[in-house]
Amino acid sequence: MSSLDPVLLSRILTGLTLFVHIIFASLGVGIPVMIALAEWRGIRTKDPHYTLLARRWARGFVITVAVGVVTGTSIGLQLSLLWPTFMRVAGQAIALPLFMETFAFFIEAIFLGIYLYTWERFTNRMTHLLLLIPVALGSSASAVFITTVNSFMNAPQGFTLSDGILTDINPIAAMLNTATPTKVTHVLVSSYTMCAGVLAGLAAFSIARGNKHMYFKKALKLTVISTFVFAIATAIIGDFSGKYLAKYQPEKLAAGEWHFDTSAYATLVYGGVLDENNEVKFGLKIPYALSILAGNALNTEVIGLNEFPEDERPPLSIHYFFDTMVTLGVLLVVIPLIYMLRKRLPGKKVYPQWMMIGLMALGPLSLTAIEVGWMYAEVGRQPWIMRGYMKVTEAATTSTNVGWMLILFILLYLVLCFSCIKVLSKLFRNKNAIDEMKMLGIEGGERK
Amino acid sequence: MNYEIVGITVLWIFLFGYMIVASIDFGAGFFSFYSVVLGHENKVHNIIQRYLSPVWEVTNVFLVFFYVGLVGFFPDAAYYYGTALLVPGSLVIVMLAIRGVYYAFNTYGVSKENNKLYMALYGATGILIPAALSTILAISEGGIIGMRDGNVIVHWVTFFRNPYTWSVILLALVSVLYISAMFLTFYAKRSGDKEAFEIIRRYALAWSGPTILASLLAFFQINKQNPEHFQAMLHIAWMFVASFVCFVLAVYFVWKRIHLGWSFIFVMLQFAFAWFGYGRSHLPYVLYKYINIYENFTNDTMAIALISAFSLGIIVLVPSLILIMRLFLFDAKYIRGSSDKKG
Repeated sequence: MSSLDPVLLSRILTGLTLFVHIIFASLGVGIPVMIALAEWRGIRTKDPHYTLLARRWARGFVITVAVGVVTGTSIGLQLSLLWPTFMRVAGQAIALPLFMETFAFFIEAIFLGIYLYTWERFTNRMTHLLLLIPVALGSSASAVFITTVNSFMNAPQGFTLSDGILTDINPIAAMLNTATPTKVTHVLVSSYTMCAGVLAGLAAFSIARGNKHMYFKKALKLTVISTFVFAIATAIIGDFSGKYLAKYQPEKLAAGEWHFDTSAYATLVYGGVLDENNEVKFGLKIPYALSILAGNALNTEVIGLNEFPEDERPPLSIHYFFDTMVTLGVLLVVIPLIYMLRKRLPGKKVYPQWMMIGLMALGPLSLTAIEVGWMYAEVGRQPWIMRGYMKVTEAATTSTNVGWMLILFILLYLVLCFSCIKVLSKLFRNKNAIDEMKMLGIEGGERK
Repeated sequence: MNYEIVGITVLWIFLFGYMIVASIDFGAGFFSFYSVVLGHENKVHNIIQRYLSPVWEVTNVFLVFFYVGLVGFFPDAAYYYGTALLVPGSLVIVMLAIRGVYYAFNTYGVSKENNKLYMALYGATGILIPAALSTILAISEGGIIGMRDGNVIVHWVTFFRNPYTWSVILLALVSVLYISAMFLTFYAKRSGDKEAFEIIRRYALAWSGPTILASLLAFFQINKQNPEHFQAMLHIAWMFVASFVCFVLAVYFVWKRIHLGWSFIFVMLQFAFAWFGYGRSHLPYVLYKYINIYENFTNDTMAIALISAFSLGIIVLVPSLILIMRLFLFDAKYIRGSSDKKG
């Protein structure tokens, strides 16, 4: 038992660090894109509201970047501290993307520093905007590289394993494994969706609190439409991911869908509970949908969970993660759609209260979608750390102090998140947009 | 040159880079705190803040870069050091996290006045992190990490009783303050702030003596800890002599208040000679007797891929670093504070 305890504790600690890091990392990937969008519109339309928007987002962004950097350092070092055996093996095959990720991060760090301190330094405002390109490219590139590492763990390739030693290693093939295309694109686009959603939620919050100024309506329009576009893209790529799973990682899809016997014309189960005989109760059953999800045809044969030995099956609870992720994904398309059709809706108000509540929810909904999506992906490859090659139990540290470290990090993350929220809300409350517009003498800055 | 040497040289250069930029950062945090306690915060604090603000993120990357490179070139390092360093490694992560985050919160958040508790935390971590990190150098000399029943174990008692451990910690502490003060002397002079310059110059001179004494102490403690390593160091004794000469020149310039840019270059050379001399004589071991750069090196394909990625990365990185230095370090207007501040 004592040799198993560090394994479970290491899993919890890694999960916890990632749980915190994923939020800030996704913000780091998407927010620069949104800032660039706003600043670009500001320059193009000569509308100072958009420029102010970019500036205010950037101010908050630094705070989240700080937390992202430290939690990222945390997970980076924890990989070796908690999973030394895995890193010894994986280091032979996937050091390249890890290495490149740091380079991308380096570029991002350098240019973000420059961007933040040069708002008034260049006469041509385009020059300042151009500084954001390396920031956005750097953050997206680090997401790409680190996701290839995760893809490798799901679909290890680019080496031969003989007697526990990796040979014939091809780092490029390891990076460009079968899971990479769908995973990388899904991660990128869902991060953009999340950031657009969070910013849309914030804009809706300001309006719901009674701010009638044009500035907020412009912010809302920009962010909600972005959410819509990115969410549609995420859904399409999510569909490709499902097809990928059906072909290359069928046990994850089967566990997620509670699909036990291999069959064509497979039914998709939504919600429900499993009884002791693995029969689905109360679930919504959509005929043929799983076959369509797996291969775009009614007769696609979907491999069932019974094909896999019991000790190689992922936990069946991931079904709920999958359902939640998909449900939230749908909401992230539908709510913005209602907003876009607002002028054709019956009723006198263009911004009815119920719609504002829905728009405010875009933030928390998109955050949750990212978290459950990752949980589905990660828990879904249990019991493997390198699918088909190394189990999680073989990879964990043998140290007996993981429990204490878990407590230490729980405290750290609680303090970090709590103070981050506090600092952010203080930042925006103390210097609200209306006052700032007055101060900068932006036209329409006075309250109407 | 073979891949192994290229690999370890790349890593050593990055660790050197980290040592310099992190020392400036950590020491600056301490001086900032110290000046707040003494009550001349406004004289020194602003100068320090203006330098640190745009670069705090970059400092962290040097460390991550070294760590990732180490795991990449020497995957076994992840296994031995990873297993052994769970507790100290986690403590360093927590300190780095607190330091990084609260720096950003304080600088970019709204609170204008300096919170004493926060400043104390910032100053303390600035001293504790280098001390904690430097102990890895002591562990790398061997005798601390061992194997039992196929599992890696650490002899912490031996570690804490070892005079070499303490001499390395001492060296880390004083050299952080020395490097930082020497840099800030140069920076303050450029900003034209006479008052700050005089205060920081005194710090620099005050810490130069302890630095050289601590270096000598650590140098001779290696003989006791790992005589094989010490012999190798004697073979390249000229590097340590060169280091001492650079030290004398650097301090002389600060004493005379002249050529401060050159003075800091000599500080960097002083540490470069000592650092690369130490590193070169440490070879072929990354962890004495367990990790040998020739036996525990990654496979050839990965080595080529890593070195190519590194070369390409450098092509992007160096111009970017030069850009940020030109904008903030060597831009007289920015240093004086007449240029605009953060968005």
